[in-house]
Amino acid sequence: MKVKVKVWRQKNASDKGGFKEYEVLTDPDSSFLEMIDVLNQDLLNKKEDPVAFDHDCREGICGACSMYINGQPHGPSKGTTTCQLHMRSFKDGDSITIEPWRAAAFPVIKDLVVDRTAFDRIIQAGGYISVNTGVTVDANAVPIEKEKADEAFKAAACIGCGACVAACKNASAMLFVSAKVSHLALLPQGAPEADIRAAKMLGQMDKEGFGSCTNTQACEAMCPKEISITHIARLNRQFFKSGFTASDQS
Amino acid sequence: MSWISSVLGSSIGKKLLMALSGLFICFFLVIHLTGNLQLLAGDGGQSFNEYAKLMTSNPLIKFVSIGTYLVFLLHIIDGLMLVFANKKARPVKYAVGAKKGSSISSRNMGILGSIILVFLVIHLYNFWFAYKFGSVPTVDYGHGPVKNLYAVVALAFANPLYVILYVLSMVAIGFHLLHGFASAFQTLGLNHAKYNGIIRFAGIAYSILIPLGFAIIPIYFYLVLA
Amino acid sequence: MQLDSKIPEGDLADKWTKYKSKVKLVSPANKRRIEVIVIGSGLAGASAAASMAEMGYKVKCFCFQDSPRRAHSIAAQGGINAAKNYQNDGDSVFRLFYDTIKGGDFRSREANVHRLAEVSASIIDQCVAQGVPFAREYGGLLANRSFGGVQVSRTFYASGQTGQQLLLGAYSALSRQIAKGQVEMFNRHEMLDVVMIDGKARGIISRELITGKIDRHFGHAVVLASGGYGNVFFLSTNAMGSNVTAAWKAHKRGALMANPCFTQIHPTCIPVAGEHQSKLTLMSESLRNDGRVWVPKKKEDCNKDPRQIKEEDRDYYLERIYPAFGNLVPRDVASRAAKYMVDEGRGVGKTGVAVYLDFSDAIKRLGKHVIEERYSNLFEMYQRITDENPYEQPMRIYPAVHYTMGGLWVDYELSTNIPGLYAIGEANFSDHGANRLGASALMQGLADGYFVLPYTIGNYLSNDIRVDAIPTSHPAFDKAEQAVKERINKLMSIQGDLSVDHFHKKLGKIMWDKCGMSRHGDGLRQAQKEIAELREEFWSNVFVPGSDSEFNPELEKAGRVADFLELGELMVLDALTREESCGGHFREEYRTPEGEADRRDDLFTFVSAWKHTAVGQEAELVKEELEFNNVELKVRSYK
Repeated sequence: MKVKVKVWRQKNASDKGGFKEYEVLTDPDSSFLEMIDVLNQDLLNKKEDPVAFDHDCREGICGACSMYINGQPHGPSKGTTTCQLHMRSFKDGDSITIEPWRAAAFPVIKDLVVDRTAFDRIIQAGGYISVNTGVTVDANAVPIEKEKADEAFKAAACIGCGACVAACKNASAMLFVSAKVSHLALLPQGAPEADIRAAKMLGQMDKEGFGSCTNTQACEAMCPKEISITHIARLNRQFFKSGFTASDQS
Repeated sequence: MSWISSVLGSSIGKKLLMALSGLFICFFLVIHLTGNLQLLAGDGGQSFNEYAKLMTSNPLIKFVSIGTYLVFLLHIIDGLMLVFANKKARPVKYAVGAKKGSSISSRNMGILGSIILVFLVIHLYNFWFAYKFGSVPTVDYGHGPVKNLYAVVALAFANPLYVILYVLSMVAIGFHLLHGFASAFQTLGLNHAKYNGIIRFAGIAYSILIPLGFAIIPIYFYLVLA
Repeated sequence: MQLDSKIPEGDLADKWTKYKSKVKLVSPANKRRIEVIVIGSGLAGASAAASMAEMGYKVKCFCFQDSPRRAHSIAAQGGINAAKNYQNDGDSVFRLFYDTIKGGDFRSREANVHRLAEVSASIIDQCVAQGVPFAREYGGLLANRSFGGVQVSRTFYASGQTGQQLLLGAYSALSRQIAKGQVEMFNRHEMLDVVMIDGKARGIISRELITGKIDRHFGHAVVLASGGYGNVFFLSTNAMGSNVTAAWKAHKRGALMANPCFTQIHPTCIPVAGEHQSKLTLMSESLRNDGRVWVPKKKEDCNKDPRQIKEEDRDYYLERIYPAFGNLVPRDVASRAAKYMVDEGRGVGKTGVAVYLDFSDAIKRLGKHVIEERYSNLFEMYQRITDENPYEQPMRIYPAVHYTMGGLWVDYELSTNIPGLYAIGEANFSDHGANRLGASALMQGLADGYFVLPYTIGNYLSNDIRVDAIPTSHPAFDKAEQAVKERINKLMSIQGDLSVDHFHKKLGKIMWDKCGMSRHGDGLRQAQKEIAELREEFWSNVFVPGSDSEFNPELEKAGRVADFLELGELMVLDALTREESCGGHFREEYRTPEGEADRRDDLFTFVSAWKHTAVGQEAELVKEELEFNNVELKVRSYK
């Protein structure tokens, strides 16, 4: 099958950038990234610069791949990362527009590669449980309700790809932040820091220049791991509790 | 006070203010509609005019209405601040815009809000300003002269342009509420599998019934009375 | 050259305790002055960096990904073993030790493996304390599952994403230390050389991948946690970026590479679909619990719809050859059997390089809902990739390269033979012998990073407290940087006609065909020749676009493939000299009359550690004899 791809090309952060169109011969069993591989091989054969894009595990878990395909982060398949999207989701002759994630907090590095270190800094602001290596409490000392553990796991399944930011009309990182806050707040180990964690992580999110949540739910719909916005509600509760009741706002 | 500004000034804090002010306005709309429905009482406007007098003269109600103005202002200013901050969060737009994953109203709350704001200015000018500062004829129902706001309404809605404007604005309010009502609960953190269905249903019912109730009035005046 | 494995004296079970109580310590005041470099941020790297930072060392951590959270540990599915005996099924430290030694076909070091089993329980405690959401029972206690090759349930898991959850735990600990300023994190940086001063590792040369800038970093010690080298085969379950470069640079600086030919080939992967395939996807081994593996008896049936092939025309070959274990034979045995079926011409699917894994019997016996409950996420993944519904037609599977047991040679302290240079996790060779058991890679990575290295490195650093940070203007840094730049310039200046991937694919094919699931002396010798030729062609005809002072993924790949080309030769040499069959290494000339692996304990009970001589020249073999005082060397039999 043959597809027309319109790809955002931008040499570096300061370059203005623009779209370029290519034709790619691919087959339905190829993954989307393998289609880009073919395009890049074509470009190399012509001694041109290949399209830069982030990718690593290619099995939907590392969160590196990040393309905005025809108006949707990670393309048209629900609950699927770009690397697991297959060309059979498209038809012969289709036109496909590929853009980088667009957000002030995710500046473009080159072509489709953006800088997502803002997410790292949000985690560094408090997305952890303060425990040093070498604790002596037995793992089974504190039983945890299965339902809560499962819910925590569902939140923790976030791969940090940034599709929520890309999908959100406000480029808000609330789904990402809430997934981590929720994961840790649901577990007894994370409870002591739950309030302060929510405040610090949200503060960092605001500082990085992400927008605010207006509950459009686009993030949930586009999340490749289908993380629910119930976590955003939990983050809100946690944040209010911290803001209005905690004695110390450090 | 610094903790208050830091909590309310954060992105969630701003949303909290939107949600609380929005829900207050939702409550206000119910009261407002209940009062206005007296226009349809068929008594030549007596109950409505007496109600209007009560609403503008009772000191307690006066106090509450000042609060209501402030809440409206808060909702508008806070909303505009959010819209501008959120625009800044995505300086470069996508070439292919999103069409899936979110409702039209949720994506266009700022635009809907702006339409409603324009409507609000016209609406206030038509009735509130006229009532307070304009020359309104009076009627006497046996206990002194009362301003005949009913006549002002009837005059306004004899004009088809106003009727269309009002009905279209109610559609905008309906869509604004369709997202806003349920959204306020989510912002307040009230998201629970057991109650989400009820909230969603109440939201839809509210956003249909309230604007519909308001929209009936100009249509009634235009079609039935004129 | 003599290798000292530094195994402590005493009973096997006491060695680690005794070592810990005698190991030299570094005082808190001195730790503040000591800098440690960690390369890699996977389970081993992130846990080591975080733990050492908590202890007070100044740590610099490097990863080539855009975030430390994306290291390939994240893709591990199944679980992590620990001798907790929560299921009361008779598990113990000794059993975990024994299973690991036996599973490794008696080619690993007793003392290291025992220590691994000892600390395994602490790993689970640590991870739970960090908030890793392991699967739980309704009573709120931790759940376990069983895994291939053992008779107890000791595997802890978080759905099919255990690696992800463990890595996010380590990443959160690392993030906490970054926020405190104890760890300086370098994302999108690649280590390109180790800097040696007076025979010790004292720093690295790195490249900032976005700007192409070459940097120098000093460290009192350097820890390599850079993962495995399965990508030498081009197609593997490794991430696209996984590479051998850091370990290989260390090797070229004198660190020995041990057992490089020991590669694990996982039997249940989704087969290659076409020529553009870039990567293979693993399907959890647990599928073999309910799926039956078969191929048609007759070659002419291979292209038929499998549902039309009658029962009597199917060859359930694993059940036929290994009646005792059937479909649950260990990974290496299952992989090899699949290869033989395909070699006989009985492979299935469009390419003819696959076998069936059939769930129809299990669905009949247990009902579709049970199968859904157990495997729905895997079935969905399979359908997403292949567009076939495994509830209705058998899956097609084929083995794929998955893990490399070989790696940098390390002693009991996880130190390479270069003082101050450590290797942990998959980057070292230490614990899995010739074959790794399922759910043991995560265990080893975290054991090394949380509980072993932070202690053992103190033994070295305690002698270094008087050494001030060496300025990176030292001539050794000049020299190393110069060499790195020259190599990059050379890659850029060739401007040939063929892409890096072209060479990588060719190398992968040579390795897979001749140094893959089974190896033969003739093929290996031919591979030696072919790789050498390919290497020469690479250095004269590779094309790298753009410049070296910008974000240039092709240049990164070129450097990595250049290293793979050298590693490939060493792997082949290692496979050639190991004239026996053990674990993942199967030499066709060395098999029992029944066709099974012939392990030659009398001749090959040693670790092959290779010393680099020069590119294109044979490496020098240094042997570390393996002693087994606590287990009896047995022949594995699954018939």
